[in-house]
Amino acid sequence: MGTQQFTLFSRILHWTMAAMILAMLFIGVAMVASLADYHLLISIHRPLGIAILVLVIIRYVNRRLNPPPPFLADMSSEERFVAHASEMMMYAMMLVLPLIGWGMLSAARYPIVLYGPLYLPPILPHSPMLYAVLRKTHTIVAYLFFATFIAHFSAVLFHSLILRDHLIDRMVPWKVSAESTPARP
Amino acid sequence: MLIRWAAIGVVIAGIVGAFAYTGGWFSPHRLTPARFIDTFEKVNGIHPGFRRNHAKGLCISGYFDSNGQGVRLSRASVFKVGRVAVIGRFSLAGGQPYAADGPAAVRGLGLRFEPREGEEWRTAMIDLPVFAVRTPEGFYEQLLASKIEPATGKPDPAKMTAFLAAHPETVRAIGIIKAKPFSSGFANATFSGLNAFRFWNADGVSTPVRWSMVPVDAFAPEEPAGEQNKNYLFDALIARVHRGPVQWHLIVTLGQPGDPTDDATLPWPDTREHIDVGTLTIDNVEDEAHGRCRDINFDPLVLPWGIAPSDDPLLSARSAVYSQSFTRRAGETKQPSAVTPTEIRQ
Repeated sequence: MGTQQFTLFSRILHWTMAAMILAMLFIGVAMVASLADYHLLISIHRPLGIAILVLVIIRYVNRRLNPPPPFLADMSSEERFVAHASEMMMYAMMLVLPLIGWGMLSAARYPIVLYGPLYLPPILPHSPMLYAVLRKTHTIVAYLFFATFIAHFSAVLFHSLILRDHLIDRMVPWKVSAESTPARP
Repeated sequence: MLIRWAAIGVVIAGIVGAFAYTGGWFSPHRLTPARFIDTFEKVNGIHPGFRRNHAKGLCISGYFDSNGQGVRLSRASVFKVGRVAVIGRFSLAGGQPYAADGPAAVRGLGLRFEPREGEEWRTAMIDLPVFAVRTPEGFYEQLLASKIEPATGKPDPAKMTAFLAAHPETVRAIGIIKAKPFSSGFANATFSGLNAFRFWNADGVSTPVRWSMVPVDAFAPEEPAGEQNKNYLFDALIARVHRGPVQWHLIVTLGQPGDPTDDATLPWPDTREHIDVGTLTIDNVEDEAHGRCRDINFDPLVLPWGIAPSDDPLLSARSAVYSQSFTRRAGETKQPSAVTPTEIRQ
């Protein structure tokens, strides 16, 4: 049988956020190790994180309105569970990681600058201890996110190059018609 | 099939490798904010809960009365005519929270302007006319060269000589710093932002600037080290504030084309235009446990819209290193500060 695709809007959201999140993880890890570029990188990190927070909410609503196409018929129930769980975990991290960032800046009483005079209000009371805990959590969740991304990407490569089952067709940005997709040998 | 497996391995290893490279895992000798603070801790010892530099301090509060003269230079709301609440912290440079006050210590003033409307502004200043180093690397090398040797109780003179030989800009800056006597206390000291910044106004016109807090209290030269109380500088400030509010004029110096904005060791010519943009009044002192300054990072890049960083390489590095110091002490149990509530009530 052929492959059904995600809706175009879902695919645009997926690839936009993929690029943003990967950039965000690299900026984060570069920022904490940098002296010269620290200010520039953190000035990008804050608004990009909030943009991801907004987009993940839109994306979750969209997912409820436009449910994903079914998994390939020959995927085992274990495979489906792992694929679904890793997706849900990534959704959770897309939501939680920016919120922790916003919360930790609030607890430290740093101004939460998006751009220029555009600020977000603090969402937590001023507490250095709370900041310290959230700051550590931010790093741990970010590494966890990177590891989950690597697992997700490895699985896609495995499906595409080893199984060659055209799983990726569900998400490619261009149109793939269900009829033209060759069935798995 | 083997080639396909290999391709997957190469792609994944490439991404993980790029991530690790970006994070500095392949360059352990890179000067990072963490390494900077590790070195402060190595030089000064670890004093949990305290700032890793400018560890000894006192909280202050008051207000800034803007006279409106800054509006033509910067659109920041702090410069509009009116009063803005200020909290701050006086400090001594160095990582020893219980160090005795003395003539050798550089004095610091951190301020946080909190306009009711508009963005806040933080600045961290010291009582020197120029900074002794030009780059973060220079600061790091100076920190290592100034480490007290346990055997002698003094820095190793050979290390300092070697540092100065490699940094002629520091030799020149020290000459400028020593050319004028220091003041006798906090209240009559001039505090300078040192790094250049850019002001830009409502028309988008950008001006390179430096700023200083110039005291209203009359200058008196510093007394030589004597048998003073170990907190004599702070105690004198407390007594001064109890007698009445202490004031400084915020003087903005306008740079001209060609004036160095990326080198804090170089002064700008005295003939540059100076503008008095308002008056800082400090009318309250508190110890660190009771004041609001201890848990604030006086990050020099917390700037309102209308003030921007210059190309000075120290600025981003200061922001990064202050943040690292803040993060470490935030999670540590606080110890009582050297300047106690009892001293403040006297």
